Amino acid sequence: MTQTDFYTILPLTVLAVWACLLLLADLFIPKDRKGITAFLSALGLAVTLGLTITQVGRENLGFNNMVVVDGFSTFINIILLASSLFGVALAYGYIKRMGLERGEYYTLMLFSVTGMMLMAQAADLIIVFLALELLSIPLYVLAAFARPNLQSEEAGVKYFLLGAFSTGFVVYGTALIYGATGTTSLGGIFFAASNGTPGLLLTIGAALLLVGFGFKVAAVPFHMWTPDVYQGSPTAVTAFMSSGAKIAGFAALLRVFASAFPSISVDITAVIWVLAALTMIVGNITAISQTNIKRMLAYSSIAHAGYILMAFVPYGNKEVMPVSVAAGLFYLVSYAVTNFGAWAVVISLEKAEGKGLEISDFAGLAKKYPALAIAMTVFMLSFIGFPPTLGLVGKFYLFRAVIAGGYTGLALIGVVTSLVSAYYYLRVVINMYMREGDPTIEREQWLDFTTVTTAVATVALSFVPQWLFFMASTAALRLF
Amino acid sequence: MEFLLQPLTLLTFFPLLGVLVLLFMNSEAKTAIRWVAMVTSLLTFGVSLWVLSQFNASNPDLQLEAKYPWINVAGWNIYYYLAVDGLSILLVLLTAFLTPISLLSTWTAVEDRVKDFMIFFLLLEVGMMGVFLAQDLFLFYIFWEFTLVPMYFLIGLWGGPRRIYAAVKFFLYTMAGSILMLVAILFLGIKADTFNVPTMLARLPDLYATSIDPKTQMLLFIAFAAAFAIKVPMWPLHSWLPDAHVEAPTAGSVILAGVLLKMGTYGFLRFNIPLFPDATVQAAPWIALLATIGIIYGAAVSYAQQDVKKLVAYSSVSHLGFVMLGMFALNPQGVAGAILQMINHGLSTGALFLLIGMVYEQTHTREIKVYGGLWKVMPVFGTVMLISSLSSMGLPGLNGFVGEFTILLGAFGSKAIGSPWYAGISAIGVIMAAVYILYMFQKMFLGPAGEITHHHELKDLNWREILTVAPLLIFMFWIGLYPAPFFNLIAPAVEKLLSALPL
Repeated sequence: MTQTDFYTILPLTVLAVWACLLLLADLFIPKDRKGITAFLSALGLAVTLGLTITQVGRENLGFNNMVVVDGFSTFINIILLASSLFGVALAYGYIKRMGLERGEYYTLMLFSVTGMMLMAQAADLIIVFLALELLSIPLYVLAAFARPNLQSEEAGVKYFLLGAFSTGFVVYGTALIYGATGTTSLGGIFFAASNGTPGLLLTIGAALLLVGFGFKVAAVPFHMWTPDVYQGSPTAVTAFMSSGAKIAGFAALLRVFASAFPSISVDITAVIWVLAALTMIVGNITAISQTNIKRMLAYSSIAHAGYILMAFVPYGNKEVMPVSVAAGLFYLVSYAVTNFGAWAVVISLEKAEGKGLEISDFAGLAKKYPALAIAMTVFMLSFIGFPPTLGLVGKFYLFRAVIAGGYTGLALIGVVTSLVSAYYYLRVVINMYMREGDPTIEREQWLDFTTVTTAVATVALSFVPQWLFFMASTAALRLF
Repeated sequence: MEFLLQPLTLLTFFPLLGVLVLLFMNSEAKTAIRWVAMVTSLLTFGVSLWVLSQFNASNPDLQLEAKYPWINVAGWNIYYYLAVDGLSILLVLLTAFLTPISLLSTWTAVEDRVKDFMIFFLLLEVGMMGVFLAQDLFLFYIFWEFTLVPMYFLIGLWGGPRRIYAAVKFFLYTMAGSILMLVAILFLGIKADTFNVPTMLARLPDLYATSIDPKTQMLLFIAFAAAFAIKVPMWPLHSWLPDAHVEAPTAGSVILAGVLLKMGTYGFLRFNIPLFPDATVQAAPWIALLATIGIIYGAAVSYAQQDVKKLVAYSSVSHLGFVMLGMFALNPQGVAGAILQMINHGLSTGALFLLIGMVYEQTHTREIKVYGGLWKVMPVFGTVMLISSLSSMGLPGLNGFVGEFTILLGAFGSKAIGSPWYAGISAIGVIMAAVYILYMFQKMFLGPAGEITHHHELKDLNWREILTVAPLLIFMFWIGLYPAPFFNLIAPAVEKLLSALPL
């Protein structure tokens, strides 16, 4: 192991070690002071974030080309770590209030983040698999964290069974690809595939990987678990899962397909096209009939996975690919920010035992808590893609990349489904402003902090998106 | 500082200053809140007059430009770019003019959540100004979509019994059009490598010669037209309008009819015609056909209405049909008449909505048949209503006549439309307007006292209400008797617009 090897994985090593130590340290933290664990885990994330930032601009491979650092991985890792900091902030008050305050919550989160970061840095299918397991298993546990609550347990089991099933697809796909090319390294696959004629085996292998990742990012038709898991899991976990797991899943998808499979893009592009279209259509249309806010946001997260998938469609086109990757990354950021904000508002309204989670429970919010209602309105507008929010800029950028790639039809599906989405997002706004009700909210400083920060960021970044554009467009993939 | 002191930037964002002040006010201090909003909108009107004084009427080009690069990275060339020319100057003035008038009308009509109301109203003004001034398609799209949000709340929060339905319908309908425009904007932006309209105009002839075929141009035209036609609204895309108008609070209706609908017609003028010249010429007869149907249909449906607000709403469909007919006559009379008619419609329909709102505030009903003999109890109200009605139906000597006459003149001789029949049939619409308006006036104001008139202690207009409508009346007479100064503002820009068309 050389120094470069070590430096390549430094941030995630630090995080993993930190998580192990925290697991031990937590034993000595008294039961009524678990806030310290939260603080320590946030500190660990912050330190890792700092280390990741020092990697900006670096580009190298480590461990015999199994792990990579490049603009893409650094960018993804930064959003992941920032998201997990929000995740800790949301969890802090929530798990205390719900009587779930156990130290391993934070430890599990840190392990999961480590897996997500490894996912972004994987340059070999074996590492992809390793990362997938590392990020998923803690999430299965977190989903069932509210045991003995039946819904939560159901969420955990469902997520675990379907997750394990989908991991099977990834492994099987990896095996077939190894059979076709004799290597699991992404660079190796690229050379093997572009030198010979790509065989059917390779295409099938790639398709199986697509199924596995499609499950992680909740793309239709691999989305069946999402609503139940999102609804049953503790809300703070859902918030973290719906951003973090999605970001990591997309990172893997993008990295693997763009760097290993450009030679079979003719076959794969059509498949992703259909997946993206289906995901947008099914996600948005099913969301209309939801009355529970958690389920609605679950379908909305499926729908947004569809939008992000659009950015993958032109991945085989060398000229458009960098732009569309950047657009996908930008959209991921805008989605993550908005998503955390929306979940923060949901958490504010949630009562024990899953009460306060109907959309009708938002009625009258604007009169009683105008600031919270404004924040939620901002998030809803951002999800629709309305000015003055980040969501509009994200959609503009994304659709532009898709149209530049020559897929105007897909962009049309995208805008039409956005129109559909306006209907159910607006219903939240209607309830808050135009119906009478008497909601009560739970206030807690870190929750308020998350709501305010994300709302301000959603609006402010839409006026000055320049630097974010710049970062996203320099976060180019290292191609082998 | 230099950025903020440019006349157009100041004009667009000045209302935000009022919003900022309002945010920190106690929501119980209703009178103070009203005054802050009022003063803000009056000062904005002052700024618009300053803009007018800086405006050179003989120059057909964009003026008073405020242009800064905004997002210039990764193949994006987006500018913060505001400018005004003869096509938009009157609409800008109309917006700044109607906002304080609308606010004055809410003085006693809006008692609930006054602070929120004023904030949304001022935000709406920002959006409308931006739409008329933006010269970059991205910026335009932002302002265009943004106007939806405050208007949605104005209808949904302070509207009538079916306000939620009306607000959602308004929102979804308008958004349905604008998303198609979004795709077209992106397509054009990628092809031309800019979103900046003047630069795009310079590059388009080459693109049409090489990479954009006529069919694509037509599709782009249709995508833009979809957004604007819904907003105008052109028949058969008008069904959101009666709902929105009936449910909206008075001030909302005034702004909706006065300004928001003009965003649609303005969009055709600013974007469709210059960006897609060949498609424009090709589509002109079809648009004229739809406009003519709209004129007749709107007038006929107006006549059948029981609710006076709905009557005025449908009359808008008819009047806006005239605007579209004149515009797509594609000759100087037609287009200039169309622009003037946009203003006229804002004045007369604005006045009608204000007046209906004033009587509604006392009686809480808008059904025509329960009124009757109002003139006897409310003579001032009756006089003002008569003048506004006559202006709306196009009586010579008042503003409506000038606009409609010029439009019909243009449409008769139009090469682009190709047949005088459209103008001929549309002229029937003028007569029908007289029928439904006079019918309404007669039922409400003349004859024996109706149920409401009989049982209510109706008060005539007070000084505030007179002050609200008086400015509108002044302009009705001014434009009706001496329209030359208005035409002078419009004419050079219209000449320039039409000179680029392949006619």
